Amino acid sequence: MTGAEVLNWSADIAIVLLLIALLLVIVRLALGPNLGDRILALDTVTLLAVALIGVFTVRTGLGLYLDIAIAVALVGFLATVALARYVLNRAKKGGSQ
Amino acid sequence: MIDTLVQYLAAAAVLTGAVFGLLAAIGIVRLPDLYTRLHAASKAGVVGAGLILIAVAMISTDGAVILRAILGIIFLLLSTPIAAHLLARAAYKAGELPTPSTTIEEIDG
Repeated sequence: MTGAEVLNWSADIAIVLLLIALLLVIVRLALGPNLGDRILALDTVTLLAVALIGVFTVRTGLGLYLDIAIAVALVGFLATVALARYVLNRAKKGGSQ
Repeated sequence: MIDTLVQYLAAAAVLTGAVFGLLAAIGIVRLPDLYTRLHAASKAGVVGAGLILIAVAMISTDGAVILRAILGIIFLLLSTPIAAHLLARAAYKAGELPTPSTTIEEIDG
């Protein structure tokens, strides 16, 4: 096999593995049990989305996809920080977890 | 010759990164409380995404793409620990208890 074929096959296998990982994380998102677990699951979904877009970049050879990956990483970080602040503010107001 | 070697290395990096992402997801499902789940997600997840971005940088011939991949890795390495730390601190302040088998608890309320 040539190098390009090996790369395409491994990219296909990586897409399958990452989709299984996304399914598992969505199981945790549905089960909870608390708000923190769900925020963590959402954060991991964005991390896995960045990885998946990276694999698409390898598979297609289009470097433009990397811009999307960086934007998704930025938005995911900001969302996690905002949701963590929300948990903190809710705790300060005396609400139970 | 060297192209083929780089492609094999990139294939190995892509597969390893995907396996790390899967391990992070398994850890998130199976570990007992939020703090251990954060440990699994933030470490294994960032290594998985980082290895795949490294593979992108390896096979690309365009300098701008390589620069973007390296910037993405640096950003992930900077932002993920901050987000995980903030989330753990917020959950602790909100009264979420660690699993009973935790032996050392250094934070003081």
